[in-house]
Amino acid sequence: MIRFENVGKAYEDGTLAVDDLSLEAPSGQITVFVGPSGCGKTTSLRMINRMIDPTHGRIWLDDRDTASINPSQLRRGIGYVIQHAGLFPHRTVLDNVATVPMLLGTDRRTARANALELLERVGLPATFAKRYPAQLSGGQQQRVGVARALAADPPVMLMDEPFSAVDPVVREQLQNEFLRLQSELGKTIAFVTHDIDEAIKLGDKVAVMRVGGKLAQFAAPAELLSRPADAFVAGFVGRDRGYRALGFAAAGSLPLSDEAAVTLGQTLRAARDVAQDGWALVVDADAKPQGWLALGGLADSALEGTVTPDLLNLGGTLATEAGTLREALDAALSSPSGRGVVVRDDGRFAGTITAAQVLGRIESRAADIRADTVQAANLGGQA
Amino acid sequence: MGGFWHYLFNHPGEEVWSWTKTTLWLGALPVVIGLLIALPIGWLAHRYRWTYPPIVSVAGIIYTIPSLVLFLVLPGILGTGILDPVNVAVALTIYTVALLVRVVSDGLSAVSPETMAAATAMGFSGWQRLVKVQLPLAVPVIGAGLRVAAVSNVSLISVASVVGVTQLGQLFKDSLLQVTLARQVDPAVLGILLFFVIAFAFDLVILLAIRLLTPWQRAVRS
Ligand SMILES: Nc1ncnc2c1ncn2[C@@H]1O[C@H](COP(=O)(O)OP(=O)(O)OP(=O)(O)O)[C@@H](O)[C@H]1O
Ligand SMILES: [Mg+2]
Repeated sequence: MIRFENVGKAYEDGTLAVDDLSLEAPSGQITVFVGPSGCGKTTSLRMINRMIDPTHGRIWLDDRDTASINPSQLRRGIGYVIQHAGLFPHRTVLDNVATVPMLLGTDRRTARANALELLERVGLPATFAKRYPAQLSGGQQQRVGVARALAADPPVMLMDEPFSAVDPVVREQLQNEFLRLQSELGKTIAFVTHDIDEAIKLGDKVAVMRVGGKLAQFAAPAELLSRPADAFVAGFVGRDRGYRALGFAAAGSLPLSDEAAVTLGQTLRAARDVAQDGWALVVDADAKPQGWLALGGLADSALEGTVTPDLLNLGGTLATEAGTLREALDAALSSPSGRGVVVRDDGRFAGTITAAQVLGRIESRAADIRADTVQAANLGGQA
Repeated sequence: MGGFWHYLFNHPGEEVWSWTKTTLWLGALPVVIGLLIALPIGWLAHRYRWTYPPIVSVAGIIYTIPSLVLFLVLPGILGTGILDPVNVAVALTIYTVALLVRVVSDGLSAVSPETMAAATAMGFSGWQRLVKVQLPLAVPVIGAGLRVAAVSNVSLISVASVVGVTQLGQLFKDSLLQVTLARQVDPAVLGILLFFVIAFAFDLVILLAIRLLTPWQRAVRS
């Protein structure tokens, strides 16, 4: 747990970078600081490991006041991933990763052996170990940066725009791997970004800050989307809030329709027999959906042969039974047949659902929430 | 060319060899000591920015003092004999410091703030950060300055023979006398040759040291 207690930072020139910040970043979760440029995100982050000392208030790591800990000792126990990775250009990838363990007194050999394992963990081949940072791409450098921060296995990690300098495709990839890694490691993470989508995707909790270093709202992503605290947050969270909020709404048990599917390799005639509205769903031998086959208006003579992958329309996305309403709606909207494909957790076909059905579910859910809100407001009014 | 060898044989090899040795240590020692002195001063100018302008100005002024003047003034200050080679060594050390202070300061400042912030965040102490991150990364800049200092020192050494400090510059003086007497220039050719070899050797040694200390630079270029 990282707890800010009325923390403020006034720079010597009078700039108030952070103003009376109080919040608690829960243990084992990702807390994202987000806001426009210059709102004090980096300052907030760097006050945690005392690269910047607050001018007001205290910061607690669990039950320890950080002001009472020797700065170098404190930092060696906190992983830090910096914008543009900030790798040491004169050290090999391996030695970059081994930096903190070696500062802590681990012998070179052990530190390097562990570093090699970590490289693998963040998805880099061992052949990169002997390279220098300038010989890596931006995305690869970021991975090394993450490995370096993890090397001493610190319980707390600080990350300052770690994925902002790479292209969108690589960013998405790094984000997903980061989430996977975090689900294994369960670190207490403070993460800074100026990208609200990244904040919503990665954060368990999101702190929205405004220029002047003031906390505008501290909430879970779903709440940020559905109940922005003020006009600034609403504007910052941006368009498509309603739609994006569905990404946090569990689909629950959807009214799935059975659909007879054909298996790859079966005859086209068999496919036509099960097709509805001219479309047949094709699965592989393991019952995993492969795509849609268009059969509408085909004459008998055109139906010689078997179902092969090159005939398939791959347009539709897949939703999972345990997924969100957003996934389900997207599956329905993107499906060429209009019937969204839902799979089980193991990837086997479960059933289909139409956009109308998903919308019905969304509507009833919204009605429930409205009723709850009204009731809460009434109770509040009575009290 | 016959006269060239003639000169070398007539002057016992030992004499030229002892001049060479004097030239070598006069060339090497001031560079080493000058670097050791310039490092803390350059660091100061880097670390406390307000000291940078005065330090660099003073260094610049010192560098413009003619070497002959320094060779003649130093004995008075140091209490050494006018012919003492220590004067030359001290003068060259002063030039080296004057040249390197700015180079060291700029070299340290050129290390990217991001790298420095990363080093701080990893938990390096201030001293560790300087020695293990900042200095190694400043080696290419400081090394380039060191090469200039070493080569210019070697050329300054020859001037010292004018004030009577015997080293290879002696060959030019001998030549000067002989030109007027017998149009004999061979000692000067030998002198130029030896100075050139020595300057080249110093440069090579420093270049090799830089390459050894900066393997990452080669990796990036290849
Ligand atoms: N050393 C400093 N001296 C004076 N003011 C500073 C200093 N560092 C930062 N500031 C100011 O403090 C404010 C907050 O800076 P900070 O770096 O924390 O912003 P940020 O939210 O990280 O911005 P960005 O998204 O651009 O990185 C800014 O107005 C900045 O100009
Ligand atoms: Mg910042």
